[in-house]
Amino acid sequence: MDSQNIMFVILAVIIVLSSIATVLTKSIIRAATYLLFVLLGTAGLYFLMGYTFLGAVQTMVYAGGIIVLYVFAILLTDGAKDQAAHKKMKDASWGVVIGLVGFLTFVFVLFKQELFKGIAALGAPTEPTGAANNSIDQIGHFMLSTGEEGYLLPFEAVSILLLACIVAGLLIARKR
Amino acid sequence: MIQIEYILLISAVMMFAGIFGFLTRRSTLAVLLSIELMLNSADINFAVFNRMLYPDGHEGYFFALFAIAIAAAESAIAIAIMINIYRMLKNISVDKLQKMKW
Repeated sequence: MDSQNIMFVILAVIIVLSSIATVLTKSIIRAATYLLFVLLGTAGLYFLMGYTFLGAVQTMVYAGGIIVLYVFAILLTDGAKDQAAHKKMKDASWGVVIGLVGFLTFVFVLFKQELFKGIAALGAPTEPTGAANNSIDQIGHFMLSTGEEGYLLPFEAVSILLLACIVAGLLIARKR
Repeated sequence: MIQIEYILLISAVMMFAGIFGFLTRRSTLAVLLSIELMLNSADINFAVFNRMLYPDGHEGYFFALFAIAIAAAESAIAIAIMINIYRMLKNISVDKLQKMKW
């Protein structure tokens, strides 16, 4: 076992246990905390794949922004003392059935199919070269170019979406 | 070595945990947390498919990047709606939100 496999096992255990704890714990503020660990583990997976910028964005936007927003919303509403999450087991049983059946179907299909037979396993993150170079200057170039592999249109669309989001957030949540 | 199936299995656990939470939780904020779980597992899949199947491309990478931005916008609006609902009804449980039922 090299260090990458050990890191992957640690991240996998963190993600799996925390994501199950997120949906099973009763208090919502604890669910938000477990979700924070899931998101940080996901950022670790991105780092493991060599996508460092994506991991950094994941850490900043999700772990630093969205989770803080959720914690504020939970504390502003009475969500922190919501205890009725699992009072009705009749409703929960449907979720258990659908979740388990879906997951087992997925596992069955995943290990039956032959699509990934020739795919090389993820090795140590090497310094990518050429077209696969996802360094930050390369990403900025892709973001603001209009050519074949430019992403200027979705970039501008996201900027307009975020502007509309700011205005709508103020409009919806303001005091009347 | 880390096969692609292992990472897909992790994201499947996240996805179905999110589906389970979406169907069973009673508080709308917990439902939103479950939605974040599902979005996040989809992002992992985009990045993994890009890294393992098309290492020379960057489409999945950028799709994950834009999906993160859109998820941030979505949760901001949803939390504004939740705070507004709480101000009107003093409750954000899905059982109590019946004003918009047909």
